[in-house]
Amino acid sequence: MPSPLTEKQTLEIGKSNKRKYMLEKLSARIFLLCALLSVLSLLLIVGFVFYKGSHPFVAEGYSFIDFVFGVDWVPSEGKFGIFPMIVASVFATFGALIIGVPIGLFTAIFLAEIAPKSIAKIISPAVQLLAGIPSVLYGVFGLAIIVPFLQNNLGLAKGQSLLAIILVLAIMMLPTIVTVAETAIRAVPKTYREGSLALGASQIGTIFKVVVPAAKSGIMAAIVLGLGRAIGETMAVILVAGNSLIIPTSLTDSVRPLTTNIALEMGYAFGTHQEMLFATGIVLFSFILLLNFVLAKISSKGGN
Amino acid sequence: MRFIKEATIGLLVLFLAALLSACGIGNDSETESSNDSKGTISISGSTSVGPLAEKLAVKYEEKNKVNIEVNQIGSSAGITNATSGVSEIGMSSRDLKEEEKANGLNEVVIAYDGIVVVTHPSNKVKNLTIEQVKQIFTGEVTNWKELGGDDMEIVVVSREDGSGSRDAFQEIVGYTSGELVRSSIVASGNGNIKTTVATNKHAVGFISFEYIDHSISTIKINGVEATAENVLQQKYSLSRPFLFVYKEEHLTNSGQQFIDYILSQEGQAIVSETGAIPIK
Repeated sequence: MPSPLTEKQTLEIGKSNKRKYMLEKLSARIFLLCALLSVLSLLLIVGFVFYKGSHPFVAEGYSFIDFVFGVDWVPSEGKFGIFPMIVASVFATFGALIIGVPIGLFTAIFLAEIAPKSIAKIISPAVQLLAGIPSVLYGVFGLAIIVPFLQNNLGLAKGQSLLAIILVLAIMMLPTIVTVAETAIRAVPKTYREGSLALGASQIGTIFKVVVPAAKSGIMAAIVLGLGRAIGETMAVILVAGNSLIIPTSLTDSVRPLTTNIALEMGYAFGTHQEMLFATGIVLFSFILLLNFVLAKISSKGGN
Repeated sequence: MRFIKEATIGLLVLFLAALLSACGIGNDSETESSNDSKGTISISGSTSVGPLAEKLAVKYEEKNKVNIEVNQIGSSAGITNATSGVSEIGMSSRDLKEEEKANGLNEVVIAYDGIVVVTHPSNKVKNLTIEQVKQIFTGEVTNWKELGGDDMEIVVVSREDGSGSRDAFQEIVGYTSGELVRSSIVASGNGNIKTTVATNKHAVGFISFEYIDHSISTIKINGVEATAENVLQQKYSLSRPFLFVYKEEHLTNSGQQFIDYILSQEGQAIVSETGAIPIK
């Protein structure tokens, strides 16, 4: 027969409960603090870049329009025009998309729909490993293999070119596209495929007419993420770009994308020159923001 | 909610305390050192000589109780400051002009800076004039055959804007950043230029002396080989002196001792460490 709790016992239980709740609350606060840290970092970075980058336009009388559409970049003479770099960044990124998206998409389809488990087991980790290679190694690979290859086989005076950037970026964006697209394709309900196959459609027909359209929003997200990876890439690009300050008229011209302009000159820059490099960062940041906005739109559509 | 407030306040207090104590320590040490020091040597001038002077100053301050301030504001401004006495010593990476010498300035060469034009080892062109170098880098000459080489396009490789070597090279050769041929490859760092030139038989670039090796071929300027010896004998023209300039009446004892230190074996060892050419 259990005796009723004495007053002392009740008090002790209450105490231990209190301690438990305190611990609970404390851990919640610690998690909150960690979460706030990333928000804080974002604010600091954005704030710093915008503060530094906007200074020449606010306080020194430079025109932002001239900055974005100017074709001359001669910091030592006070000429800051990044139009050639914007063109280079856009061309390089979309060029990489043209090569990278089909390859990435087909790889994802193969992994999710066609490949036998034994083969997928080899390819899947390989693709993921590709994502883990430091970008500077892609650059070294590009400089040692792709640049000489282009130089020798296309009879060019220099292999550092838009084409070299496109090839390197196409390889670099593959893992992003493959992983995200594969997940999207796998998420398509089995009943869709079964329905299509039951109606007599072939496997490939089913994939392209039923599965891929059903996974459309996920695949679009994969492409936008790949795009983001490509436009922000610096270290790999700096080695193969050639960094010339011209508006490219052919694939074999050497160009300087926005990212490499910052990385290349930040080391020695000071004063207005440095602030203009931050301003270059603002333009780059705007591109990335735009991409994220598009991505959010796509995701919300997918939800509906 | 109250907990958050308390935690925030606690953190803030901690942070402020840390900040204050950091400032406090900073102030203490500053006042201490300035109290102990016998004087301050103010040096201003060239941004090319600046890093070298900074390094020498740090080493010198370790051993001597003196405060050395180095301001990198450009050669001309440094010379003006030395003339007017605003700075005790001025730094210049170019020779003094006649009118500057006329003001009674003394100059001491503390080091030399040498730059060499390099090409792919297979390139037949081994000798150029300064004028030809200028034509190459401004895009007036675009084919090696115009310079006595094979019939192939010239690929110009340059350092990035803001680099001291690039400024020096352009200043000596006589073209501006705006005149640099637009299609030139821009690489950051001497090593990067060397690799680019070593792997492209069309390429021409410029690097500091210390980076010369067998992967690239060096170009003679007006028939003079790029060696430290030729620089010291003032035969090789792609070079410039690093000068300290001062007026006798402004120079203090500690200033004179610092200059002596730089010219000593120990000082010159630091000079060659930073990649400049020592004077002996």
